[in-house]
Amino acid sequence: MNVKILPRSPLVRYLLVRLALIVPTVWILVSVVFFFMRVIGDPITASQGGRLSAAQLAARRAAAGFDRPILQQYGEYLGGLLHGDFGTALTDHRKISEVLITNGAATLELTFWALIVAFVVGIPLGRLAARYRDKLPDVTIRTFAVLVYAAPVFFVGLLLKLLFSATLGWLPASGRASAGVEIALNNVNPKTNVMIIDAILYGDPGYILDVLRHAILPALALGLLTAGVFIRLIRINLLETMRTDYVTAARARGVPERLVVRKHAFRNALVPVVTVMGMQIAIMLGGAILTETTFEWQGLGYVLSHYLLARDFVAVQGIVTAIAVVVAVSSFLIDVINALVDPRVRY
Amino acid sequence: MSASRATTPGAGTPMLALDHLSVTFRSDAGPVHAVREVSFDVAPGEIVAVVGESGSGKSVSSRALLGLLPGTASVGGSARIDGVELTTLGGESMRRVRGDRIAMIFQEPATSLDPVRTVGWQVMEALRAHRRMSRRAAHRRAVELLDLVGIPDPERRVHSYPHQMSGGQKQRVMIAIAISCEPELIIADEPTTALDVTVQAAILDLLRGLRDRLGTAIVLITHNMGVVADLADRVVVMYRGQVVEQAPVAQLFAAPAHPYTQRLLAAVPYLGQGRSSHAVPGAEPATPAGSTVATDRSGPDVDAARATSLGTPGAISGEPAPSSGTPALAVRDLVVEFPGRLGSPRVRAVDGVSLTIAPGRVLGLVGESGSGKTTVGRTVVGLVPATSGSIDVFGTDLRTASPHTLRDLRRRFGFVFQDPAASLNPRASVGACIAEPLSVHKVGTDASRHKRVAELLEAVELPAAFAKRYPHELSGGQRQRVSLARALVLGPDLLIADEPTSALDVSVQATVLHLFQELQREMGFACLFISHDLAVVDIVAHDVAVMSLGQLVEVGTTAEVLSAPRHPYTRALLAAVPVPDPAAQRERREERAALLAAGSVAS
Repeated sequence: MNVKILPRSPLVRYLLVRLALIVPTVWILVSVVFFFMRVIGDPITASQGGRLSAAQLAARRAAAGFDRPILQQYGEYLGGLLHGDFGTALTDHRKISEVLITNGAATLELTFWALIVAFVVGIPLGRLAARYRDKLPDVTIRTFAVLVYAAPVFFVGLLLKLLFSATLGWLPASGRASAGVEIALNNVNPKTNVMIIDAILYGDPGYILDVLRHAILPALALGLLTAGVFIRLIRINLLETMRTDYVTAARARGVPERLVVRKHAFRNALVPVVTVMGMQIAIMLGGAILTETTFEWQGLGYVLSHYLLARDFVAVQGIVTAIAVVVAVSSFLIDVINALVDPRVRY
Repeated sequence: MSASRATTPGAGTPMLALDHLSVTFRSDAGPVHAVREVSFDVAPGEIVAVVGESGSGKSVSSRALLGLLPGTASVGGSARIDGVELTTLGGESMRRVRGDRIAMIFQEPATSLDPVRTVGWQVMEALRAHRRMSRRAAHRRAVELLDLVGIPDPERRVHSYPHQMSGGQKQRVMIAIAISCEPELIIADEPTTALDVTVQAAILDLLRGLRDRLGTAIVLITHNMGVVADLADRVVVMYRGQVVEQAPVAQLFAAPAHPYTQRLLAAVPYLGQGRSSHAVPGAEPATPAGSTVATDRSGPDVDAARATSLGTPGAISGEPAPSSGTPALAVRDLVVEFPGRLGSPRVRAVDGVSLTIAPGRVLGLVGESGSGKTTVGRTVVGLVPATSGSIDVFGTDLRTASPHTLRDLRRRFGFVFQDPAASLNPRASVGACIAEPLSVHKVGTDASRHKRVAELLEAVELPAAFAKRYPHELSGGQRQRVSLARALVLGPDLLIADEPTSALDVSVQATVLHLFQELQREMGFACLFISHDLAVVDIVAHDVAVMSLGQLVEVGTTAEVLSAPRHPYTRALLAAVPVPDPAAQRERREERAALLAAGSVAS
C-alpha cells in the first residue's frame, strides 16, 4: 500500500480505512445470502412449488430468468444492488427497495426508541449497582438485569400488553398509531415514514402524543433486553476502573470523589461498552422481528416474517441484505464513536 | 506559600510526624497487621527514604497518610502534618490535604495517568481542584509546569495523551501534577522502579532539583539501595510492618546497625562485584531470633537437600576457556522486523546483530527497554521469526533445519522467563510443570520422570514435597526456582534466560542468582542471560553484549566492558547506575554531569 496517498491525520486515516472495509464486508454478506438462498432451490419453485404444474413452473422460471447460469444471475443481482434495485417481491409484487424505505423507517424508529430505553434504564442503574456493590440496591438491580436479559422479547412484550393495555388500559396494544392518525399522516408531504417526524411535520400535538403512546410498549419490550446487557457491562466496568491506578492518582491529587467517578472512572468504563453496543445493534434488529410481530408494528421484521411464511425468497433476500448493510454501517459508526471516546484507538 | 518553609534539610521542627502509626486489614483469615507502630519524622525540605522489600508495609503506610487505603483497612496511632492530625481527617478536609499539602508520585507512570484525558487536562485538573483559577490561567500554568519538569515543547505536548509519551515523560508529568499546588511534602512511591537506568538518573536529578529549588520535603519509598544512596538525607528501614532502623544515609551505609539492614545491603548487587566475589547468602550475618529475616529458602530440609546435591560452592572451579570448537549459539546478522500498523512502515526491532556463545560460557545481553534485547532472546527461542540472518545452535541453522532436526535441537534448549507467575501453568502441580519438557519430548518412564523431578527440586534447593504443590502456593522466588528446574530438566546445553530475577526482591534475587551460578558451574551449560541490570550481569556473566536501538554497540568480557567501556552508550549506561554507597554515588553523579555537559552522551 502506498503510504503517501493516505492522509496525515491518524484519526482521518483510521476512519477512512474503516469506511473502506465496509465494501468487502457487505459484498461477502450479500454473496453468502445469495448463494445460501439458492442452495434450497430457485425462488419460483420455493414459493409456487406444488401449486403449479411442472411445465408452468418452468415457464415462470424462464420468464424470471432463474433458469440461467447461477453466476450470471449473481452478477446481475450485484449489478442491480449497485443501482439500488433489490428486485420485486414474488408474492405482492412490491418493489423491495420501496419495502426497505417504508418498512425500514418503521424499524429504524423502533430501534431508536429502544436504544433510548436501553440507555436511560441501563446506564443509571449500572452506575447505581456499582456504587452499592453487593448491597441491596445492587442485588435488586442485578436480578432485574438478568430477568430482562434472559426473558424472550415476545414474552416481555406479551406481559407488557397484558398489564398496561388489557388490564390497566393505559396504552394501546398494537400498531404505530391510531387508525385515524395513520391515515392523516399518510398525506404528510414530504413523508419520511418515520411516524414521529411525520407527526411533528403535521403539527398536531394530539397526533404526536398518539404516536408516542404507541411507541412506549414496543420500545420497552425491545429496549429492556439491551438495558439488561448495559446494566451488567456498566457495573462491572465501573468497578474495574474504580480500582485502577489513575483513579487512585486522581484521588491523591485532591479531585473530589464525584468528579473522580464521572471524569475518570465512568469515561473509561464506557470504552468497552461502546464496542458491545455495536453487537447489540445486530441483536436488536433480530429482536425487532419478534417485537414487531408481537405489536403488529409494520417494520422490516414484520414484513420479513410474512415473506418468510409465503416463501418469497426474493423479498427475504433483499431484506436480509439490507439488514446486513445496516449492521456493517453501524459497526463503522461504532468505530467512529470508539475513536472519539478512546484516544488510543486514534493511533 | 508559607514562608516558614526551610530550604536546608533537617532544619526546624518536624513537618511530618508519624507516631505509632498502625494499619490493619480485615480479611477472611483474620486481621492482617500490615504496619505496626511506625514512628518517624520528616523535617521541612528533607528527603527521607523508606526502604524495605515487598510486604514490608512501606507503601501501605504512605497511603494511610492520604486516606487512600481500601475500606477493609483500619488506621491507628497518629500522623500529623504541621500539627494537623491526618488519621482522623475525612471527606472534604482530607481532600484539601491531598495534592495541596501532600502530593504523591506512583510507581507505574503508565497506569497512573488516565488514558482518555490529555496530560495537560490532568495537570489542570489538579490545579483547579485546589485553586480558583480560570481555564486559561490553568492551561498557562500547566504549560509552565511541564516545562519545569523538562518536557520538551510543552505548548504542544500539553495536548498529548499519555500513550503518546515515553515512560520517563509520563513520570515527569506525574511529577508536574505533584508539584502543581506547591505541596510541602511529596510522597514518591517507587518513582523510578518501572524506568530504565538512564531515565531513572534523570528523574532522580529532577526530584533533587525540586527539593533544592522549592524546598519540598520528599518521602522516597524504594527497594533500590542505589537510589537511596543517590537521593536520601536519612533512611528508615522497614521490615514486616515495623521500623527496624533509621539513620542518616552515610551512617546507614557505613555502619548498618540492625541485622536486617546488614543483610539487605549485602544482598544488593553492585557494579564491580564480579562473578567470584558475590556474597554467599549462607555466609551472611546470623539473624537473631525473634526478628527472622524472610529468605526464600524454606527451612532445614532445604539446606539438607542442598548439602547432598551440591558440593561446596566454588569446588567446581575455573572459568571455562573460550573453546575453539562449535559455539553453543552463533547469531549472525540477525534482523527482526515487525509489521507496522496499516499504512505505516515495518518496525525494525533487531538490526544486524551478531553474537557467539562458546559452550559453558554465560553471555549477558544488556540494554534499555526498546533496545531489542528481549526480541533477540525470543527469536533464538523461535517465538519470533527472524527476518534475515542466521541462528546456529551447535552448528545447525535453526532457520533452515528440518522439523525433525529442530525437535532434537530443542531438547538441548532451556528457557527461563521474567515473570514466574505467568510462565507456570496455574492448574498443573509443580512436579507436572517441571516434568512437562520430559513428556513433550517423550523422555523416560513415569518413574524415571518422578526421579528426575526430585533431582531437579533438590538442585534448586526446594523440598521434594513441593512437587505436589501448585504454583500459587509458592513465593515469587520459589516459583522462579521451579522455572529454573523446568528449564534444566532435559539437561540442556544452552539456556536462554530473559530477566529471570527482575521481578524478585533483592534478597530473593541474591539467592536465585547464587543458585544459578552454582548450577551453571556444575552443569556447564552455555547461557544467554538477558537483563537490564548491569550489576546482575556483572555477577553472572563471563561476557557482556550491550544493545541499543536494535544494534549491538559493544561486546567483550564482563571485566573489559564494565570497567573499561569503549562505546559512549555503554559509558552513559554505566554512569547512570546508582551505586549503594552515598559518597561514591556523589562522585559518580558529578562525573555523569560532566559527561552529559561534555555532550558525549546521546540521550
